[in-house]
Amino acid sequence: MKNDELFGLLQVLYPDVSSTVAETGEIQWQVPTGIFLEVARTLKDDPRFAFDSLMCLSGLDLSKYPTAVKGEFVGELLACVYHLHSFEHGHEVCVSVTVPKDETASIPSVEPIWLVAGYFEREILDLYGIAFPGNHDPRRLMMPEDWIGHPLRKDYQYPSNYSTWELKREGQNFTSGPYA
Amino acid sequence: MSHEIQEQNDDLITINMGPHHPSTHGVLRLVIQTDGEMVKTCKPEIGYLHRSIEKIGENLEWYQFVPYTDRVDYVCSMNANLAYCLGVEALLNTKPETAVEIPLRADCIRVLFAELNRISSHLVGVGAAAMDMGAYTPFLHGITQREFINDIFEKTCGARLTYNYICIGGVMRDLHQGAEAEIRAFLDQLEPAMHSFNALITTNTIFRGRYAGVAPISREKAIAYGMVGPNLRASGVDWDLRRDRPYGIYPKLKFAVPVGGAYGGSKGVLGDCYDRYIVRLLEIVESIKICRQVLDMMPPPAEQADDPVGGYRVDVTKKLRTPPKGGIYTRVENPRGETGYYLVSDGSKMPYRLKIRTGSFTSLSIFETLVPGLMVSDVVALIGSLDIVLPEVDR
Repeated sequence: MKNDELFGLLQVLYPDVSSTVAETGEIQWQVPTGIFLEVARTLKDDPRFAFDSLMCLSGLDLSKYPTAVKGEFVGELLACVYHLHSFEHGHEVCVSVTVPKDETASIPSVEPIWLVAGYFEREILDLYGIAFPGNHDPRRLMMPEDWIGHPLRKDYQYPSNYSTWELKREGQNFTSGPYA
Repeated sequence: MSHEIQEQNDDLITINMGPHHPSTHGVLRLVIQTDGEMVKTCKPEIGYLHRSIEKIGENLEWYQFVPYTDRVDYVCSMNANLAYCLGVEALLNTKPETAVEIPLRADCIRVLFAELNRISSHLVGVGAAAMDMGAYTPFLHGITQREFINDIFEKTCGARLTYNYICIGGVMRDLHQGAEAEIRAFLDQLEPAMHSFNALITTNTIFRGRYAGVAPISREKAIAYGMVGPNLRASGVDWDLRRDRPYGIYPKLKFAVPVGGAYGGSKGVLGDCYDRYIVRLLEIVESIKICRQVLDMMPPPAEQADDPVGGYRVDVTKKLRTPPKGGIYTRVENPRGETGYYLVSDGSKMPYRLKIRTGSFTSLSIFETLVPGLMVSDVVALIGSLDIVLPEVDR
């Protein structure tokens, strides 16, 4: 089934879901956080969708993403992008959930629906600081457990030390340049 | 550490398997609780090789990231290069002004080298799997064949492990003089070598006894846990991106997609360790066929590097300064399953976000449910049969 037909089916069930098309032709279904878990379950269980596989789950920091107007940014937002695939029908969609960028950012965990999501979510929790209530093991995955900050956020400051180690070398200045 | 088992049951012993255990194929640490020889719980700990490659990618220009993809999966760097370059080219192709047309010869070289690298990666995979089971010689047979492939790659691109050969718009340079004949000679001797490899280990009763029926993954579980590539096919899912979502010159090639079928004899179960092992061996045979077909259809080199038929590279540096804005997700069939690149562009010369989805990362997520109930020695068998490469997990 084509993407727009699938979207029509979903919008009958959930009128709050919207769809955006990027310049690259990527169609994203924007789902509000409140109904996301319900929508995800429908996408998995409804035989017309039957999205049995979560291909990829990416975190995204939209705070430096430019809008069509020059010099303006999308806003202080974090997003999770879910790429779904159905082995039964062979169709693929991209679902996006956006939350405000602060310390309380959270999106319900889809681990009960797609089991692989558990690890993807832990990675995003670690690197973007989005909490996933419902994840069975909400710990950092990549960084040490006592690490401060979330490295893939666009405003992340490179730390000068960790534990007893000095991370900043002589003459290195991380407040400017690409690694700032 | 705080997460380690708080309530110690008298009968259970907590063991750290790794991070430096030789059979964990890199720095993987498994915190397992055992009751005698039986594993009760298992928690993988990763991140020892985390180099923040995704963050580095956000601070480099599009073409500068290619050498880093080598380090994502060093056992099959060609395929890792290919996955990224196809992703960027797919991004450029979404707008007519920035579209790139890859020369046919470059496409052929890409597929030829990707398949050769698949052969070498699978040889290391099955060889190391046998080595984990105590058979050291098959690994040396695999490594010997891999050396021939490395020699060919070295003559063409100068490196033996991290090639940085496939680039956006084609390949770095044309094949070296006499490469076709060398590859044909290598393929001719590989087939009998595989027969002796099989006689040595595949049909070995002890090896089969260790692998057959161990840690089977059902079809539903494989899909739910995001298994990809040979691990998915071993569970009976007939899915190969090279055939089902073809890229490059794959639509013109004829090859079979091997799937698991309880090959382990009376003890064998669909999707067990032995099936995963056999699927890799059968894929080597298919890759040999693909290489021969590519060599037959490859056009001769042209004078101009950007000739649409016989060239090897088109210049894309100008187009990469203003790529289309938005995201694109592409996936490519690599030896360790599909490698997906989610590239988000803000229309500038650097990626806004670069997410790498790798096969080993999702393979690892199944450990927590699959390992409990296995013997400690079978955990080693499972790690070997899944063919995990840790830099790909940590990135």
